[in-house]
Amino acid sequence: MPEPVVITENLTRRFGDFLAVDHLSFQVQAGEIVGYLGPNGCGKTTTIRMLLGLLQPSEGSAKVLGFDAFRQSEEVRARAGYMSQKFALYDDLTVLENLQFYAGIYNLHDPRRIAQTFHLVGLAGHEGELVQALSAGWRQRLALAIALVHQPRLLFLDEPTSGVDPTARRAFWDLIYELAGSGVTVFVTTHYMDEAEYCERIGIMRSGRLLAMDTPAALKASVIPGEVWEVVAQPLETALVSLGRLPGVLRVGLAGDHLRVIAQPGMSVEILQQAAHVEGQPPAQVTSGEPTLEDVFLSLARD
Amino acid sequence: MILTNHLAKAFGINHAVEDVNLSIAPGEIFGLVGSDGAGKTTTLRLLVGALKADAGEVSICGYDVRRQGEQARAQIGYLSQRFSLYEDLTVLENIRFFAELRGLSRSQWQPRCMEILDFVGLAGFKDRRAGQLSGGMKQKLGLASALVSQPRVLLLDEPTTGVDPVTRQDFWQLIIRLVSASPVQDPHGDRQVSVLLTTPYMDEASRCHRVGFMRGGKIIAEGTPAELRLSLEDRILEVRHAAINLLRRNVEAIPGVEEVRAFGDRLHLRVSPGQSGTVMAALERPFPGKDGETPRTRLIPPTLEDVFIYLSA
Repeated sequence: MPEPVVITENLTRRFGDFLAVDHLSFQVQAGEIVGYLGPNGCGKTTTIRMLLGLLQPSEGSAKVLGFDAFRQSEEVRARAGYMSQKFALYDDLTVLENLQFYAGIYNLHDPRRIAQTFHLVGLAGHEGELVQALSAGWRQRLALAIALVHQPRLLFLDEPTSGVDPTARRAFWDLIYELAGSGVTVFVTTHYMDEAEYCERIGIMRSGRLLAMDTPAALKASVIPGEVWEVVAQPLETALVSLGRLPGVLRVGLAGDHLRVIAQPGMSVEILQQAAHVEGQPPAQVTSGEPTLEDVFLSLARD
Repeated sequence: MILTNHLAKAFGINHAVEDVNLSIAPGEIFGLVGSDGAGKTTTLRLLVGALKADAGEVSICGYDVRRQGEQARAQIGYLSQRFSLYEDLTVLENIRFFAELRGLSRSQWQPRCMEILDFVGLAGFKDRRAGQLSGGMKQKLGLASALVSQPRVLLLDEPTTGVDPVTRQDFWQLIIRLVSASPVQDPHGDRQVSVLLTTPYMDEASRCHRVGFMRGGKIIAEGTPAELRLSLEDRILEVRHAAINLLRRNVEAIPGVEEVRAFGDRLHLRVSPGQSGTVMAALERPFPGKDGETPRTRLIPPTLEDVFIYLSA
């Protein structure tokens, strides 16, 4: 197997007393799409900044694209692209002018390269539009174009589709899969489960620590300690309390108009129905539910 | 509790909100979903009277926002996306500040303060400076400040953006308890609260009682999460295979497949009504690829994300 694109060993960063990143050891293979899922402040962005050599670690090492991220950070940055969550686009410049500006930073002036990049992200034909008139989805594409113009082999995406609707998110991810198909390695950070679902492998981060890292399917199968059920009952709070007391029920949570139950394997619809029933109310409805990454996160963080 | 009638607002040529009709009942949690720029925040600002509508009416608990603005606003608790807390003030001082801003006297806010802090789980932190709170605790303080005036209508603009799933779960439990006759808000059961919140995320929307999808300033669909999902019942298939990219190209050619969505380790297909059996049979046939492995296919319940993509196509 070729050498991994990212290798970290005990990568750690402290800010004063605060342990922002706590002994991370992981590897990413070429062409992989890896997600880092965790809330704001859990150390995701600090990790990216270290991998790009923008921040020195307090401890540990990181090798990125075969280079030492700290001693050879220029080499890394020349070969890696970074799209941050709140990318600074120039609102009063056109799409073309924005890309030309950022390409200039990499000393790239070839109009063919610029045209190629627009084509790649599906912005061809929109070069003359003012950035302030673009929708959230189109701005996202322009930010991606800027991160891609120097043809990086490794792409860091920091909450790439925050604030865009599912249609635009889907289109964006189709592009990312195409890039990964051509050999680009993609490293995504996000605090949204919806976004994490698109990754091939996901690391779950909390308080600077990597709690688990695997495919979404494997995480759902291995981390969640039982089976997921959805229960519709009235009143919800009474059913919540009685289900919480039922032997075999590992966790109950309110989920809008229904309850979400995680129970040990072997739980039956009838037992749950009976437990959730409240005198004088219509019978509770119980259906089997699909495990989500949120269930995974809650299991890791709480159980 | 919240009623809008053909509400519209344009900024220049941009129709930010167009013909929005909302009717939100007591005890209901309504989610307004859509991308940045879809008109969600503008709608909220029209509801609180911070913006003047070009056309249409808003009524909050029966008060017309234009003609009875003060009475209408007195019913509203509003947590904006970037709500400001005074970082140098303690938790209690922050609440007091917002209470007095809402014209409450000491005898009105004092007995309520601790009750609310207890409710949101901040009672143990009342003397801590707001600047020293975690993100999730700040969010709860924001909610507490919005609740101090005993609003009957709670408007929350992307309330859990950037919050830990554990905190998010806590926050939702608070919201759900609030609308289901909470002892703090509703000691006699005659002051039920309605909540309207906005979110760009579908996993969040699926927790609401009712959801309105916004796009281009309009509400393009509305219903309970279950009703919305029902429209795609038996039409979403999940397919797993080792050679997912190869599979994707093969799958797109199968008659009856309307749409293919790639996820990291699987595909989601939307098939035409009544075609799931035919498509599943077609997927059983071997296709040239990884060691003749047959894809594993199963019918899965549609998500709100599937519905949104279907509606906006």
